[in-house]
Amino acid sequence: MSQKGSTEQTFRHNELGLSNELAVEMYATMVLSRKFDERNMLLQRAGKINFHVSGIGQEVAQVAAAFALDRENDYFLPYYRDYGFVLAVGMTVKELMLSVFAKAEDPNSGGRQMPGHFGSKRLRIVTGSSPVTTQVPHAVGIAMAAKMKKKPIVSFVTFGEGSSNQGDFHEGCNFAGVHKLPVILMCENNQYAISVPVHKQLGGRVADRALGYGFPGFQVDGNDALEVFRVVKEARERAIAGEGPTLIEAMMYRLSPHSTSDNDLAYRTKEEVDENRAKDGIPKYKQYLEECGLWNEELEAELLARIRKVVDEATEYGDNAPFPAPESVLLHVYAEEGH
Amino acid sequence: MANMDYIDAIRLAMKEEMERDEDVFVLGEDVGVKGGVFTTTKGLQEQFGESRVLDTPLAESAIAGVAIGAAMYGMKPIAEMQYSDFMFPATNQIISEAAKIRYRSNNDWTCPIVIRAPIGGGIFGGLYHSQCPESVFFGTPGLKIVAPYRAYDAKGLLKAAVRDPDPVIYFENKKCYKMINGDVPADDYIVEIGKANVLREGDDITVIGYSMPLMFVEQAAADLEQEGISTHILDLRTLQPLDKEAILAAVRKTGKVLIIHEDNKTGGVGAEVSAIIAEELLFELDAPIQRLCSPDVPAMPINPPGEKYYMLNKDKVKEAMRNLALY
Repeated sequence: MSQKGSTEQTFRHNELGLSNELAVEMYATMVLSRKFDERNMLLQRAGKINFHVSGIGQEVAQVAAAFALDRENDYFLPYYRDYGFVLAVGMTVKELMLSVFAKAEDPNSGGRQMPGHFGSKRLRIVTGSSPVTTQVPHAVGIAMAAKMKKKPIVSFVTFGEGSSNQGDFHEGCNFAGVHKLPVILMCENNQYAISVPVHKQLGGRVADRALGYGFPGFQVDGNDALEVFRVVKEARERAIAGEGPTLIEAMMYRLSPHSTSDNDLAYRTKEEVDENRAKDGIPKYKQYLEECGLWNEELEAELLARIRKVVDEATEYGDNAPFPAPESVLLHVYAEEGH
Repeated sequence: MANMDYIDAIRLAMKEEMERDEDVFVLGEDVGVKGGVFTTTKGLQEQFGESRVLDTPLAESAIAGVAIGAAMYGMKPIAEMQYSDFMFPATNQIISEAAKIRYRSNNDWTCPIVIRAPIGGGIFGGLYHSQCPESVFFGTPGLKIVAPYRAYDAKGLLKAAVRDPDPVIYFENKKCYKMINGDVPADDYIVEIGKANVLREGDDITVIGYSMPLMFVEQAAADLEQEGISTHILDLRTLQPLDKEAILAAVRKTGKVLIIHEDNKTGGVGAEVSAIIAEELLFELDAPIQRLCSPDVPAMPINPPGEKYYMLNKDKVKEAMRNLALY
């Protein structure tokens, strides 16, 4: 970092290797993700789209983790709530809206998959499915291939705490541990697997399982952007140094219902949700930036106006874009002849 | 051209493909130091090293899933399932993931893996070392499925599978490993996926099958020739996609068809072959379509009389062929 004068302060994010510019960009990405998500809830309520699965309450950890990675070279295997993550690694709101409206131009799946099923070879976002946690062994395979090819990259994979009970999580972790592979596994523990609370999903802590696979596991406050950034950055440094995988359990709270098809008040109270809304990491991080003198209400107003415009334009674009040709259903089962 | 066992042809295919392309690698349980429980990968680790002939933890979903990840990165993995009976934990990875990666990403991502799995009984393997699970995967679009019978095809189809841009399940028959041998060229050749092969030309009846039971069909055909019955034999070689043209041509040749496989009858590959024939050729048939398959029980027992009862053999096959000829 270039020091302009001796009076310039060094803040916690600087110490972690994050420039002021990136620290602010990180915040802007969290807010963008939140606003995109809120727009989708509205679009679904208005009957413009059929379905939305929300990531509200999880953006801080998602974005902070992405900023701790090599966003130009690493491979990413996000799960279905990771809008903040994919926006941070280069997907645009327009591209996400094309997916939301299931349009032909959608780079994730050409309008084939539900929203939240990300994929983009250009951005090294690996295509995902709905059966949960199948992406963990894929992340391990990518890390193994990169190691075989001597490429200094990591694969980064996320999943929920409910998903962490699937066999593929355990099989993938064990494989990665045995071969000391450069993979970072981040559980977004949002306290609910649809309606089932964490105490009915987990007998212990997800992070502690790492011990059994022979690599470090850390629990981190997912509402603390800089802590998540630090833990992921250190995990990446270990991975690149050949020290193997890291399991991170980021603690957070799913503020939205599971999906637009879910009535969450059937299994949790409004008081509980409100209590957790007060712990939202986005305003907390905003306050930190303000204390650093990097943010103020004027900048906030400008950001919100800019985001509003981006989301409006993307919504309109997505809404007006053409659907795939019906007969395109038949394409891409196998490689086409001559390709 | 060397006379070679089926298992040696499989090994040779892997060796040649690994020499040709450094992105090709093998992973599975016991494939490395031991060289496989059947010796299919024997010598490969010595030649190519530990990282390209990888002994994995005992976890089939990870074997498939890690191979899929590596394939999406650009590698060409050959994942071995030690027995096809143990392949079911990997079914989600194969059907939900490998088969759908190209389709769900709208042709952005691809998954060029090969999954080798030994099928078939007759080795006193009991319920869980004897199964033929073709029908579980058959009918899943996005997968290709091959099942060689001849040593020549064992090599050529495996090489084609490695070079294929889509996921291929390679069902090798463990009874064939040492029992089937034949001429296998030492040079680089492939057997095109999706092409059936006429094993024997004949005029009276057509038998369509794949994998080990074709040995009984060939033996029975030689016997029946003495009785004046001329048999036309079609080896499907690829189960998915089926070579529809070859199936129809083979049935047209005689107008009488018997379909044979070791997988059980209901919902097996033979049911689809029958349907294709019925849809296209019903009025050209001189006899009802016949199927000879294993019985619809969960799997074969280990006791010798029970296993013998379950398995096809030359006599059962010959009888079915003779009955069709006499119809």
